[in-house]
Amino acid sequence: MVDPELQTVPRDRLAAACRTLAGRTGSRLASVVVTDERSFSDAFTIHYVFSLPKDHRYACVAADLPGKDPCFASLTPFVPGASLFEREAREFFGLVPLGHPDPRPLLLHELWPQGTHPLRRDFKAPALPAASPSAAYAFQRVGGEGVFEIPVGPVHAGIIEPGHFRFSVAGEPIINLELRLGWVHKGIEKHAEGRNLPEALRLAERVSGDASFSHGLAFCQAAERIAGAQVPPRARWLRAVFGELERLYNHLGDIAGIATDVGFPFGAAQMLLLRERVLQRNGALCGHRLLRGVLRPGGVVMDLSGPAAAELKAFLARLLADFTEVERLYLETDSLMDRVEGTGAVSKRVAEDLGAVGPAARASGVDEDLRRDQPYAAYAELGVQAQVREEGDVAARMLVKAAEFRESVSLISRALDLMPEGPCSAELGAPPSGSALGWAESPRGEVLHWLALDAQGRVSRLKVKSPSFSNWPLLNWAVQGNIVPDFPLINKSFNLSYSGNDR
Amino acid sequence: MFSILRRNLKTGRVTVPVTAGPAGEHELVGAELKSKVARLLGGRSLHVREVDAGSCNGCELEITGLSTPTYDIERFGVHFVASPRHADVLLVTGPVTRQMALALAKTYEAAPEPRIVIASGDCAVDCGVFAGSYAVAGPVESFIPVDIKIKGCPPSPMTILRALLAACDRLPR
Ligand code: SF4
Repeated sequence: MVDPELQTVPRDRLAAACRTLAGRTGSRLASVVVTDERSFSDAFTIHYVFSLPKDHRYACVAADLPGKDPCFASLTPFVPGASLFEREAREFFGLVPLGHPDPRPLLLHELWPQGTHPLRRDFKAPALPAASPSAAYAFQRVGGEGVFEIPVGPVHAGIIEPGHFRFSVAGEPIINLELRLGWVHKGIEKHAEGRNLPEALRLAERVSGDASFSHGLAFCQAAERIAGAQVPPRARWLRAVFGELERLYNHLGDIAGIATDVGFPFGAAQMLLLRERVLQRNGALCGHRLLRGVLRPGGVVMDLSGPAAAELKAFLARLLADFTEVERLYLETDSLMDRVEGTGAVSKRVAEDLGAVGPAARASGVDEDLRRDQPYAAYAELGVQAQVREEGDVAARMLVKAAEFRESVSLISRALDLMPEGPCSAELGAPPSGSALGWAESPRGEVLHWLALDAQGRVSRLKVKSPSFSNWPLLNWAVQGNIVPDFPLINKSFNLSYSGNDR
Repeated sequence: MFSILRRNLKTGRVTVPVTAGPAGEHELVGAELKSKVARLLGGRSLHVREVDAGSCNGCELEITGLSTPTYDIERFGVHFVASPRHADVLLVTGPVTRQMALALAKTYEAAPEPRIVIASGDCAVDCGVFAGSYAVAGPVESFIPVDIKIKGCPPSPMTILRALLAACDRLPR
């Protein structure tokens, strides 16, 4: 089966075909997927996946690149959002994007020997590389009198994932920020290869812990699409319920983080109390606070009984009432609002050019939400309002999340009322070989899994695009001209996942 | 300002015995921890430095939970510190990725003796679902000496609390 709509072109027409798609209104480059087909056709296949929200679909342009000479014209000079994807293709497959402006590696650090391309089929892991890097990463340098660099990380002060930030500053304002990520690269895509669906699902749920359900869901939907399986209606509705529960605790944690970083611990504590209540509720509902193990290809493993549903509704009503009060506290606290308004602004143009997703994009005026534009689970029936603002600053990101919190509560309540009876899962049968896309609007935005299965129903390729991979580059723009002490705040307003990015 | 006060007065005490596990276990373990910390460290807190050596961030999510008012671990005398140089305990999560192995070793070296190490979570103990990946270098104990191992994916806040209690027993008397 072919999914999504696929247009195969010769390699010399690849860039032109992509530019046509990129020129459509609202078009966004969502992922670039490479597969190593050298054992069948002596070629790599590169797929550019575009999201076309106005048409409610993804579209894909693919080209074969000869195994011996896998070069192609880079799309990056025309579509800046292609940059990281093409660097990744170069690093993990050894492809050559001609005309790409940035020759540096992306996720693999200097300790790997030259020519390490882990996602090639014939890749053999080299012996544990020497600890001392062979060459230093070429950070972009800013010169001039009074300009100096501040390196931060990978190990940070708080309880947070590792990443390296390099600031160039003149006095307090930030002139340039460079990110160096990849520290928690776990080789998940390669590790998934050869595994059966349940095993690979366990991995998908661990791409980014706080988006376990969304990643699992995108994965399952890809598998179901390959199998041509119909998920029972009740399972689709339950999936929407759990997906929104995941959003609830994430948004509460994110909003709390803003209060922490402006020095308003009282406000943070109030939000974190609510977050803990949701986590405990998740645990009581399904046995796992992060909702792991709820999904299976074909549906969900558990049902919600009538009393459990009623209890959940009552719980949400109390949660919303308490949230409303804490939210007011935030809005009335001038020391908080003063810090967040106008800080870390990202323009709509930048967000669109870089292919931003999720609340971060919506806070900059990008009117996109997969739940509305490419509905899955029960979202078509539920109907979702995308929460959009124009300012693009820390405040806007916080307020979009607050609005989405309310929307989620209302979605869950409606789902609990309207959910049809019936089975919670269907058997997939023996999945045929093939490939498909699965997606979900995680709390941070679009999660996209490209799954290919072989004739035995085992994973032959899993490409995971997390929303963080799309959104990290926004940070470089958001901090420009802001002062260093505001960096933690700006960073927290995106609250991106390092693990989701590095995989 | 007034809304803060209002809310403050209304909220009352929120720190609750956690619902997971036998009721009151959290308080019991906490009380024991508190008395041990007081006895062994002579008035200061137990300083814990968290190190993510490759985690999926699920483990971090639960560790940050310990500092929320619900668990409020600081009242038992446990303080998360910003630098390994101040740490009595290193709480390490994740399978050690090849790219974090060096940073982990350096963090360990920076911590003063006796630097008790807790390997927290399935990944830290045996690499969990990531065992065998080319990018994963091994469990925590293949890079630094580990004193205490806790399983779970992720371990619950309660489990982490018990591990901290066990860590106290390893402090010099
Ligand atoms: S133990 Fe589980 S939660 Fe912790 S890092 Fe590993 S996969 Fe994530």
